Amino acid sequence: MNHYYGDYGGQYVPEILMPALQELEEAYEQYKADPEFTSQLDDYLENYAGRSTPLYYAKNMSDKYGIKIYLKREDLVHGGAHKLNNTLGQALLAKFMGKKRLIAETGAGQHGTATAMVGAKLGFETMVYMGSKDVKRQLPNVYRMKLMGTEVVSVDTGSKTMKDAINEALRDWVTNVGDTHYLIGSVVGPYPFPKIVRDFQSVIGREVKEQVMKVEGRYPDSIVACAGGGSNAMGIFYPFLDDKVNLFAVEAGGEKLREDDKIAYHSASLATGEEGILHGARTKVLQNKDGQILESTSIAAGLDYAGVGPELARLSETGRVKPCYITDMEALEAFHELSRLEGIIPALESSHAIAYVMKMADSGILGDTVVINLSGRGDKDLQTIMDMEE
Amino acid sequence: MRISQKFEELKDKNEKALIAYVCAGDPDPETTPSIVNALVEAGADIIELGLPFSDPVADGPTIQAATCRAIEAGMNTERYFEMIKDLEVNVPLICMTYYNLIYRQGSKNFVKKCAEAGISGLIIPDLPLHEADELIEICKEEGIDNIFLVAPNTSDQRLDAISSKSSGFIYVVSKLGVTGEGKNISSNVAGLLDKINSNLPKAVGFGISNRKHVEEMVAAGADAVIVGSTFVNIIASKDNVISRLKEITKDLKEGCR
Repeated sequence: MNHYYGDYGGQYVPEILMPALQELEEAYEQYKADPEFTSQLDDYLENYAGRSTPLYYAKNMSDKYGIKIYLKREDLVHGGAHKLNNTLGQALLAKFMGKKRLIAETGAGQHGTATAMVGAKLGFETMVYMGSKDVKRQLPNVYRMKLMGTEVVSVDTGSKTMKDAINEALRDWVTNVGDTHYLIGSVVGPYPFPKIVRDFQSVIGREVKEQVMKVEGRYPDSIVACAGGGSNAMGIFYPFLDDKVNLFAVEAGGEKLREDDKIAYHSASLATGEEGILHGARTKVLQNKDGQILESTSIAAGLDYAGVGPELARLSETGRVKPCYITDMEALEAFHELSRLEGIIPALESSHAIAYVMKMADSGILGDTVVINLSGRGDKDLQTIMDMEE
Repeated sequence: MRISQKFEELKDKNEKALIAYVCAGDPDPETTPSIVNALVEAGADIIELGLPFSDPVADGPTIQAATCRAIEAGMNTERYFEMIKDLEVNVPLICMTYYNLIYRQGSKNFVKKCAEAGISGLIIPDLPLHEADELIEICKEEGIDNIFLVAPNTSDQRLDAISSKSSGFIYVVSKLGVTGEGKNISSNVAGLLDKINSNLPKAVGFGISNRKHVEEMVAAGADAVIVGSTFVNIIASKDNVISRLKEITKDLKEGCR
């Protein structure tokens, strides 16, 4: 099996994890076409997660910006974000593999929450690693996880954000690799994770294909999604890779891509990162001249990551996906704009995609029909925004 | 000095090797040479000098903290090689680091610098064998040993592949987990050592922290023991560091005789 996307991907992990990666790859290839597995997953997606999600024509926004704008309403998935698509798939796979325990990292807390849900529902002992900086800025999600019986471990090392939460989850995994599944939350990490997460998230793009055909009779000119690790982007892009549709991955430009030797005041790995090895994969990484990983920054905790999925790095290199970025301030404006125009409060992560469409609507590069992946709802961000605006 | 030469010397003396890990630049770049000198004077046979990386996923809290201190104190790749060039010890030196720091410099360039600085071997815990083809070739050209790790859950097939591609010695990880001082060492290590079909010396590491552990590993068939966190904890204590390092090194080395 090829573990690479061009030069990106691979399995840069301690030897201890090799049996687990092999076992996971074999199990995934076995069960993904198994009728018992797929029928259970489809049932959970429909009746537990609430799929399919609407493709909503945002008329007020469309009228104001002069192009047709559709929102793929992943914010309506149970839990408030697209994350559950992946956690349901992986947790069910772990169940079929006979694992007893789930561990996960989380940035914004959305993936941690989605893991806590499936942990409760499918009867796993569940532990979520979260950077202490993120614990502070996403307290409601921390409490949600605890309510569902998940132990939340606050990680106080390094930059105290998702990068360090992944390090800690990997350390847990090497220690408890026999009975534990590491439920990684994005299209990152060693193979086969980028593939598995992409496949489970591709339900988003498959639905969009059908839905947009029904209302427009054609595919959109462009699809726009925010990208941190890149799971909602890969999920909506993947089914469209062979179609004539422009794909835009909007990264967190933070404070306009400023960086120094230790800190990047942004999280735009596709736009500014260089080839490196992070968390088991060769990909685009924010790093200094020596190869030390930079602390990333973003107003949106879910985009705050120094790497990006290897397949997205490859697609960006070949030009199939166009990487671009939006600053914290622009994302904040879009957060307010969508709330006022459509009565939908978007997550700060998704606000980056919305901001990009607002900014570029006039330019012509998006064409006249656009689908934005509204990957999550903004309730979790209210405290952050209230604090900022004080 | 080549690693194989050291093991031959020890074989003639009927001794096992004590391999001592410390993190370069911990607590600061100026102090590391005196720490290395103390370890060698007191009997360490091989020095494994960590080149600190920001995200050391195979390391437990002790070495993570050392890594942070070293980076904070200004340790970087360039200073690392300079420091190694200036060391005046006659034992094999091994560079332990994570793959991104090598990849970033370009593998060829990095390995060349290792050879120039007098490094004899490389340990890269996040580079498994099947991702290492290019690096192995480069290391062969430059005469640097590639020390791969095997773990208690490594399949027989991978054990054989790793044994055949390793050079210097084989790093036998004693437990599932990360580096750090342990209370007990698993009794299964003997079985793992037995399964490794290789002429290379076998060095056991992860969790080895006192003379009793050393003696157990020697009895189990290890040709060397690797001790890290025990030294790093002494360095972190800032309390009488050099003399305590010497004292424990002597004691651990006694266990190798």
